[in-house]
Amino acid sequence: MDKVSLVEKAYMKRDIPDFRPGDTVRVHLKVREGEKERIQVFQGVVISRAHGGTRETFTVRKVSYGIGVERIFPLHSPNIEKIEVVRRGKVRRAKLYYLRNLRGKASRIKEDTTRS
Amino acid sequence: MKLAIGLLGYKLGMTQIFMPTGEVIPVTVVQAGPCVVVQRRMKDRDGYNAIQVGFGVIDEKKVNKPLKGHFSAHGVRPVKFLKEFRVDDVDKYESGQEISVDIFSEGEKVKVTGISKGKGFAGAMKRHGFHGGPASHGSGFHRKPASIGMHSYPGRVFKGKRMPGHMGVDKVTVKNVTVVKVDKDNNLILLKGSVPGNNKSLVVISK
Repeated sequence: MDKVSLVEKAYMKRDIPDFRPGDTVRVHLKVREGEKERIQVFQGVVISRAHGGTRETFTVRKVSYGIGVERIFPLHSPNIEKIEVVRRGKVRRAKLYYLRNLRGKASRIKEDTTRS
Repeated sequence: MKLAIGLLGYKLGMTQIFMPTGEVIPVTVVQAGPCVVVQRRMKDRDGYNAIQVGFGVIDEKKVNKPLKGHFSAHGVRPVKFLKEFRVDDVDKYESGQEISVDIFSEGEKVKVTGISKGKGFAGAMKRHGFHGGPASHGSGFHRKPASIGMHSYPGRVFKGKRMPGHMGVDKVTVKNVTVVKVDKDNNLILLKGSVPGNNKSLVVISK
């Protein structure tokens, strides 16, 4: 193993569930408000996973009150408490940016029953 | 002049790490040392106090005779790079002594010297940060350095006028670089932000 990934390994989480673009996830985020810390949940469809090592990120898209909202999370951030996979989606692309142009029924993703 | 010891190392590349608070810190990973003390320079003999530090493995066949003599005189294995660090107290060190990353501590500010990446023949905008001209609206004057002087008086271009030319491959020193982490087992040191040079190039980290 090269030395840079050796360094990265110490900062990577090991308990990340297996999820792919197309899956619907609930991201439990730690939010600090002054002194207090609480958990905020962001649920949506994963439309991309990018980079590698500690730099890996994933993009979650949801439609909130008719407005598309996308958030990019660093996968290994300590601010992410937990990632839950709600639904497995069957898609044929690694980046689902085409969902941005679709709304309503057209933006549905078929469920993948082969992965559980 | 501040007298302090340093280390030689190879820049390995950049990545980012997380603080427990969730902050992301960009870091450069440097394989620093272990270095070996080759020679001590003494004030009464050499006119100044310093230690000569060596780093890097080299094929013994590639060492020339004068250097081979230098290494064997001090009883150390041949090394690829030699560098002197001015120190006050040479008596603390002796030939063959190993210096490793634990001379640095986390949170410390260090100086990093490297050879910057070569940019080839670069224009005045890239090399000196000139503003250039408008990109569009038919200007026809895009990335040129513009006027380089006055008129028949002085009738020449002043020396040192900033013009296009070779850029990069210079010795560059960055000061006040924070040491984020020291890994003694693997001889690695993580420095906050970027350091000069290509990956795998030689860098000198000093206090």
